Amino acid sequence: MKIGVMAITVLKNLVKGPDTIRYPSQPAKVTEATRGHLVNHIEDCTFCSLCQMHCPADAIKVSRPDRTWTLNQFQCVICGCCMSYCPKDCLLIEQTYLPPTTEEIIVTLIGPDEEKPEEQRNGGNRG
Amino acid sequence: MSRQIVVPFGPQHPVLPEPIHLDLVLEDERVVEAIPSIGYIHRGLEKLVEKRDFKDYVFISERICGICSFIHGATYCQSVEKIMGVEIPRRAEFLRAIWSEHSRMHSHLLWLGCFADSMGYENLFMNCWKVREKILDVMERTTGGRIIQGVNRVGGVSRDIDAEELKRIASGIPGLRADFTELTRIFDEDLTVQTRTKGIGMLPRDKAWDLGAVGPVLRGSGHAVDTRCTGYGAYDELDFKPVVRNESDCYARCMVRAEELFTSLDLVENAIDRIPAGDILTKVRGNPTGEFHARAEQPRGEVIHYVKANGKKNLVRHRVRTPTLANIPPLVHMLAGCELADVPVIVLTIDPCIGCMER
Repeated sequence: MKIGVMAITVLKNLVKGPDTIRYPSQPAKVTEATRGHLVNHIEDCTFCSLCQMHCPADAIKVSRPDRTWTLNQFQCVICGCCMSYCPKDCLLIEQTYLPPTTEEIIVTLIGPDEEKPEEQRNGGNRG
Repeated sequence: MSRQIVVPFGPQHPVLPEPIHLDLVLEDERVVEAIPSIGYIHRGLEKLVEKRDFKDYVFISERICGICSFIHGATYCQSVEKIMGVEIPRRAEFLRAIWSEHSRMHSHLLWLGCFADSMGYENLFMNCWKVREKILDVMERTTGGRIIQGVNRVGGVSRDIDAEELKRIASGIPGLRADFTELTRIFDEDLTVQTRTKGIGMLPRDKAWDLGAVGPVLRGSGHAVDTRCTGYGAYDELDFKPVVRNESDCYARCMVRAEELFTSLDLVENAIDRIPAGDILTKVRGNPTGEFHARAEQPRGEVIHYVKANGKKNLVRHRVRTPTLANIPPLVHMLAGCELADVPVIVLTIDPCIGCMER
């Protein structure tokens, strides 16, 4: 039993400064593999609904008649399950984390049809 | 005889990261009896197995726990693979072992930090979590998730670790070993830790066995029981010896976890040396039929995943026996006769993971 066992560690920490970063004012550490948030390249989407059927968190709603793809970002757990079922590979996960927010973010993407170019509402193609 | 009073402990308490309630029957400052009650965060995850495809359920099984998530996912996959007769690639088993051991290290470091915090030792708490960050960085680099890895699949794993990354992990091991040595030295020598843990929360060797304790609680009472010795997955090829202490008190359980950090590092090193080349995922066709109990060693002890399937894409039953539930009766035994001020320290020595226990 000793006293002051941590003294050297404490002194080192004092000299070295903090190990933490001031997120969100400083960007978070991300790697190539980081699962930050889900995005959909709606121009390639066929609205097959496989992502909706397999989403473990029920975060995705797809409507083929309306050609809409809706994601509740508060419910999405960014597991990547939908990506593994997507036949067109239009779903992908981007590395950056979404900013903290107090309100539910629901992203609705509208797919293009023959005449109409791509339209977006509620946050655009950020997924 | 002095008057008995009942002091409620939890579900909200500074030392409890998760909610469990204990009614402490006190005589003066001494606990006569502790009556636990659970059920604050039941989420019905086992029931979801009836509504989800068995392959998609892997993601839900990983979310049973927020700390030992990887091993839950891997054990669920093991049980489904067994009833489907799927032989997963050897490389996938090694990768699962590497991630499982990283998961164990981060869990033990988290626990050591929380344990120091329960004694009011904030400085040591922060240092443990600083070291833990290095493990989480490896997890994030290799899987994409710090806590929830999401790489387990029925039939193997979805991500490989390339040779360069394996070399990078191996090169970080000496640094981690030095950090662990320093932390273990502090836990082993510091006056504060010693006075708050030695001879407190005794769980005699025979009592630990009779009450069905698992994991570090059982090993801290002198039983060399570790599910990894059964050789599931890649553990049959890895050199491994369970850490055992005979003191049977809070200090023993703390030191078992501290020493297991080194065992895990050795296992990672061993696995990196022996990992074979090859595929990481076997294509799984059809639906499972049958039932199976899969056992694995989590940071908190032995976990059992029971699955039952009837040839449909949804399983009929999924049942998890988590180590925390097995360690509640030993906890009640440890608390009887202790001082009120020692209750937080004793409760933490079973490493309570309530989210896992109630699912």
